Amino acid sequence: MEYFSIIFQEVYKILFLLVPVLVSVAMIVWLDRRVWAFVQKRQGPNVVGPFGLLQSLADALKYIFKEMIIPSTSNKVIFILAPIVTMTLALIAWAVIPFGATQVLADINVGILYLFAVSSLGVYGIIMGGWASNSKYPFLGAIRSAAQMVSYEVSIGVIIINVLLCVGSLNLNDIVIAQKDLWFVIPLFPMFVIFFISALAETNRPPFDLPEAEAELVAGYQTEYSGMMYAMFWLGEYANILLMCAMGAILFLGGWLSPLDIFPFTLIPSAVWLILKILLLFFLFALVKATVPRYRYDQLMRLGWKIFLPFSLIWVVLTASYLFYFNLLPVN
Amino acid sequence: MIAHSIFFYTFSLIAIVSAIMVTASKNTVHSVFFLILDFISISCLFIMIGAEFLGMIMLIVYVGAVAVLFLFVVMMLNVAQQKNQWFSSKESSKHIPFGLIISTLIFVEILIVIGGWKYKPEIFDINNSANLNSVSNTHSLGKILYTDYIHVFQISGMILLVAMIGAIVLTFRQRAGVKKQSYIKQISRERVDGVEVLEVESNKGVKIDD
Repeated sequence: MEYFSIIFQEVYKILFLLVPVLVSVAMIVWLDRRVWAFVQKRQGPNVVGPFGLLQSLADALKYIFKEMIIPSTSNKVIFILAPIVTMTLALIAWAVIPFGATQVLADINVGILYLFAVSSLGVYGIIMGGWASNSKYPFLGAIRSAAQMVSYEVSIGVIIINVLLCVGSLNLNDIVIAQKDLWFVIPLFPMFVIFFISALAETNRPPFDLPEAEAELVAGYQTEYSGMMYAMFWLGEYANILLMCAMGAILFLGGWLSPLDIFPFTLIPSAVWLILKILLLFFLFALVKATVPRYRYDQLMRLGWKIFLPFSLIWVVLTASYLFYFNLLPVN
Repeated sequence: MIAHSIFFYTFSLIAIVSAIMVTASKNTVHSVFFLILDFISISCLFIMIGAEFLGMIMLIVYVGAVAVLFLFVVMMLNVAQQKNQWFSSKESSKHIPFGLIISTLIFVEILIVIGGWKYKPEIFDINNSANLNSVSNTHSLGKILYTDYIHVFQISGMILLVAMIGAIVLTFRQRAGVKKQSYIKQISRERVDGVEVLEVESNKGVKIDD
């Protein structure tokens, strides 16, 4: 019985994390569309519920009741597995995100590596979907997206090394606590900018949304999907975007720390600070979507390999030599 | 402890079955997906014995990068037919001796390694692996890699670099007559370079050089 009570406790904790994440994914879709609309002097979704807040729920209801079409020439098992993989990977990564000094589901030693590994696995959902559809547009979209995600992962990895040099630990909570005096966004500002742009590319957001460039590829790897499976791709994508924002907040904006350690700020719980930082980053994501035109494919590759990668590598050398010269290396 | 062994046997069963399926499945793309499943379950096994750093690196390097490129190659080249030919025709019996030799070699290697552990158990705890519980995985790996084995580590890095440059040199070919876009040229282009205003006399026209 003791064993079962432990399992129930864990399940309860997981639900307590997952349900808010799923609800906030729905809300964030609404926020995205709304910000996008305001930039273009439109109203955006404002009919369902107050300010249109329930728009995403209405959309989800529509997707649930639509027919799921599985193309007859597709590879059925992999076709159905693809959205499940995308969604699962986007959700399991939240297990290591710390919302406070103790409010974390799994406080593992290699938290940042776990996040990086899970986000690099995300490419499989897309490749599987594109290949299993057995159709030209999804296949081209999948190949594009895989190449894009693999290239930008490299620079994200190097940027993470920059942060780790200043921290001396792979634990996410240690990374947050190391920023108690100074958020890493100030000394590592160029890295923050590159991380932000790479995160845009990694999550296939505009201006890097080439996998689903509708003018060329209909809808990329999602072309053959319909109903709930399409909705799962969509949810997974937005959960990934939120995750990248959380990663940026933890690596550069001090995670759950309050901006100033004085009276009115300390009243607010740490989880709220993390959520506010995630929302700030997401707001930037939405603004970029509304303002920047789409990249051409070769320019995207050039940006990733010829500019971001060398620059962040040079920055690693600079950071390491600075820390070494001034004896600031976090040795324990 | 029971839960631990249940997880261990589940992961190792998945690893073995998917390893068999890599060679047994008819569809090449399915083979690659089984290979990925194999990698993932092996990294789970790594994490279970407490080697969390190795497990994560396995996920990042093999599943996140190597297998993606594998999948790329398999999807782009139509190797499915080739594989079927190999297995269906009588040609396949040619490969059996090579396969046998390689598998015996690997088996002997594993025997030597495990036999070494049995023969000399103190091989396990040379160096400073005694305080594994107090130091995190990453720290102890780094301490060994960057002190005792720094030369081996650097040499392996150099070998990888050379291999990378070699691969680039081998596949690089300069094609003639390809128009290249030069960003500096484009940006530094002024109005004077492109537009010219001419006074045209009537009934004379202008000669445009092309």
